[in-house]
Amino acid sequence: MALPQDRLENALDDKKPTFSESEARAEAERCLYCADAPCIKACPTEIDIPTFIKKIASGNVRGSAKTIFDQNLLGYSCSRVCPVEELCVGDCVYTGWGRDPIPIGRLQRYATEKATKPEEKALFTPKARKDKKVALIGAGPASLACAGYLALEGVEAIIFEKRAVAGGLNTTGIAPYKLHAQDALHEVEWVQSFGVKIETGVEVGKDHLTGQKLLDAYDAVFIGVGLGEDTKLGVPGEDGPGVVGATAWIEEMKLHKKQGEKLGHVVVVGGGNTAIDVARECALLGAASVTMVYRRSAKEMSGYAHEMEGARVEGVQLVESAQPVGFVRSAQGELTAIRVARTEGGKNIPGTEYEIPCDLAAVAIGQSKLRALASEFPGVEVDARGCLKADPATGRTGNAKVFTGGDCVNGGKEVVNAVADGRNAARTLLAAWGF
Amino acid sequence: MADLSIDFCGIKSPNPFWLASAPPTNTGEQIMRAFDAGWGGAVWKTLGDPIVNVTSRFGAVDLGTYKMMGLNNIELITDRPLEVNLREIREVKRRYPKHVIIASLMTETKEDWRVLIQKCEDAGADGLELNFGCPHGMCERGMGSSVGQEPKLLAEITAWTKEFAKTPVLVKLTPNTGDIVEAGLAAVAGGGDGISLINTVKSIVGVDLDRMVPLPRVGNASTNGGYCGPAVKPIALHLLAALAREEGIKIPISGIGGISNWRDAAEFIALGSTSVQVCTAVMHYGYRIVEDMIEGLSNFLDEKGMKSVNELRGKAVGNYQEWGDLDLGYKLIAKIDAEKCIGCQLCVTACHDGAHQCIFTGNEEKTRPPHAHAHGKATPPTPFPIGKIAGPRVPWVDEPECVGCNLCQLVCPVSGCITMQEVPGGAADTWNARVREGRNKVPGGIHD
Ligand SMILES: Cc1cc2nc3c(=O)[nH]c(=O)nc-3n(C[C@H](O)[C@H](O)[C@H](O)COP(=O)(O)OP(=O)(O)OC[C@H]3O[C@@H](n4cnc5c(N)ncnc54)[C@H](O)[C@@H]3O)c2cc1C
Ligand SMILES: Cc1cc2nc3c(=O)[nH]c(=O)nc-3n(C[C@H](O)[C@H](O)[C@H](O)COP(=O)(O)O)c2cc1C
Ligand code: SF4
Ligand code: SF4
Ligand code: SF4
Repeated sequence: MALPQDRLENALDDKKPTFSESEARAEAERCLYCADAPCIKACPTEIDIPTFIKKIASGNVRGSAKTIFDQNLLGYSCSRVCPVEELCVGDCVYTGWGRDPIPIGRLQRYATEKATKPEEKALFTPKARKDKKVALIGAGPASLACAGYLALEGVEAIIFEKRAVAGGLNTTGIAPYKLHAQDALHEVEWVQSFGVKIETGVEVGKDHLTGQKLLDAYDAVFIGVGLGEDTKLGVPGEDGPGVVGATAWIEEMKLHKKQGEKLGHVVVVGGGNTAIDVARECALLGAASVTMVYRRSAKEMSGYAHEMEGARVEGVQLVESAQPVGFVRSAQGELTAIRVARTEGGKNIPGTEYEIPCDLAAVAIGQSKLRALASEFPGVEVDARGCLKADPATGRTGNAKVFTGGDCVNGGKEVVNAVADGRNAARTLLAAWGF
Repeated sequence: MADLSIDFCGIKSPNPFWLASAPPTNTGEQIMRAFDAGWGGAVWKTLGDPIVNVTSRFGAVDLGTYKMMGLNNIELITDRPLEVNLREIREVKRRYPKHVIIASLMTETKEDWRVLIQKCEDAGADGLELNFGCPHGMCERGMGSSVGQEPKLLAEITAWTKEFAKTPVLVKLTPNTGDIVEAGLAAVAGGGDGISLINTVKSIVGVDLDRMVPLPRVGNASTNGGYCGPAVKPIALHLLAALAREEGIKIPISGIGGISNWRDAAEFIALGSTSVQVCTAVMHYGYRIVEDMIEGLSNFLDEKGMKSVNELRGKAVGNYQEWGDLDLGYKLIAKIDAEKCIGCQLCVTACHDGAHQCIFTGNEEKTRPPHAHAHGKATPPTPFPIGKIAGPRVPWVDEPECVGCNLCQLVCPVSGCITMQEVPGGAADTWNARVREGRNKVPGGIHD
């Protein structure tokens, strides 16, 4: 699906552009080629990092990409969206040594981007068709990885996606300065080139496609539906123009809003990575001001410190220990301010309420769980948090034919975790079938 | 500040740093800039009948991100008319009377040598260097290394030049020979006043794998060239030391080959050089590198309490010995500093795959390989080292099994993290002593 170029997200450039060949080689040469390398252990998909890096150094970029894709089929998007400071790069021996660590993500981008260019010879040839077919629900990273690995082994893989676009949050949610929607869709097309089919606009559980129909027609089903709608605050004045769910707004900004749209004074509610993302995006898009409101102290934020640091540099203000109690609207119903109370230990302190004027408030306090889907499949259970239950190593659920992984299982981690889950489910199936 | 001036068989130079005969000494204009930068002398780009050069001419070996670890060239001697070069020599000597100009020469017949030498000396050259080293192009015409490889010819041509020369004659040797001492003795026999070495090592620097043509490429073909730069330094040091400790060679030596900084220069001088010559490092970074060479060498001499660079000369020659005279009783083992270790475990892999299987990780007993010399299991140290940086990833050395080879220390990226420590070994002993005393039978030989 081709997206228009003048989308608002395209006003933001890559923060970490692709390395040139000489940059990549120079950085690759610095890698020590550690034995039993700690960076590998810190990667949820356990990519053989020293090996792929040394292949860049020798000029074997194709082999480098193969090393990456063997463990992580979405190694391209991961290279751009992974919070490497918390993962591989965080554990690079140079980090502990107090020196600049190896930019593993950017090297991974260099290799995967270069080796999958349309003018390059295809990196993989899918094996001959086998008589097995798998249905996958949701076209996010978890399902794409699972379907891709299956298709390469000759298994028929078809993904049903409720949205009009595939890619999951890679397309609709990632901050544009990391990955633009069009690049996420290129990766989806690359996976489709292995024979993976994607039907968009089909919601399993609705649209007459029940779980039972899938169980009847396919040898196995993989559930990779991610998370649901943004959670609401449940305070007066929330419903109406100007108050938006964070992921809903990001999706609009990435896919539908046009360049030239101006942002006024923005308040973001929340302290997680989605909150920081939306705040940084607004600040970089030229908002008159961006204020984050978080109910506990900065130290307790679940968002990454390096992301918050970046947000501060870009001009985002943080109001700690405060919590919304309502939204203030004009006679015409327009949003004029958010009313907050100071908090202690997350609880409001009476009599401390005040208003922060704003014309846009983005609520980023979490997303709902899509627990209803579990009831479509007998035996598939949901835990107390509303997440689907699965064995992390194999993706197996309580139903022998049903596998699952990604955000709908872990409650919302990273793309790379979703890829690891999808890959593990594919490996379990392939092993069970003897392929 | 220590005195850096030298006297090279009568040629006085403000310091031991000379430019080798090569592109940095192509013209008078360049050499004057080099003298302004601090170089003490220059060996002019080899003179003779002008030649025609090809394009391209150079190729290099990069080591990781370090460019030009080794340089290869297929350039010939000067391509400029002799008269122009002589005019410039005259001009440089007029403006820089205290700096050294040596004319490098290459020609064929005795008469040619006579005329060339006379012209150069008339122009004011302080000395002459006979280029018996060039290993490409010129040697196929019966000059350069084809002379350096034939001791008889080398001695004969050197003797011709001595008939005509009033200034000192330096013989520049090629490393492309089986026995450098033979060549050195031939230079002495011919009456040479000094020796320069090394010229470049015969080489093919690489292959263009798309065109299937060796490098550097000239159209669709190439030829062997001469290799120099940091990569050749160890070869040059050995050849230098072999001459320096030879009884029959008393004439001064100008050391060349891969010298890039004062430390390299100091090593050459310690192994017997009186002056040192530099080409590649200047082609890479320019004349300006001499500033650090002068400063670094004099700081070093001051630190060691040496008043003059002459005190350094030859200091390490006596300690260059035959293998058979090395002490078999001397023992070192590797020690890892847990505080400095970053946990890369390169030492573990290197020791296991490339040495003696005696570095381990993890706080449990390890089974030694079946060929181990020490008996029983290898036990981790107590307390088990927990590093400041690497935590429990710090490896440990099975000391009874360590043969002290240095490999782990060589691969460790953290300087000072692995040190080789002296431990009590056996009584002093050498292989040569064992041979003399008939103790040289090691069990497990071909006839056991
Ligand atoms: C704003 C935001 C920013 C993020 N930034 C990063 C980042 O920088 N780096 C990072 O690594 N991770 C980031 N994440 C997390 C990451 O995007 C997710 O962990 C990852 O996308 C999870 O993949 P998934 O396949 O499990 O689910 P998703 O990517 O959510 O995909 C699920 C798909 O299933 C579809 N679906 C749902 N229900 C149905 C149904 N019933 N029928 C058919 N289709 C259905 C959805 O439309 C969606 O396309 C971010 C998340 C958010 C919200
Ligand atoms: C491009 C080039 C041309 C050279 N030309 C000559 C030459 O004409 N005469 C000569 O005696 N040596 C010549 N040499 C050899 C150098 O003088 C020197 O012996 C050799 O490069 C080793 O020193 P280095 O490692 O410092 O470069 C040349 C070297 C190079 C790289
Ligand atoms: S830890 Fe760092 S240096 Fe070591 S292999 Fe990994 S990326 Fe390379
Ligand atoms: S170094 Fe100078 S002469 Fe040589 S190719 Fe480059 S520009 Fe030309
Ligand atoms: S090579 Fe050095 S830094 Fe690396 S593990 Fe061994 S001792 Fe530690």
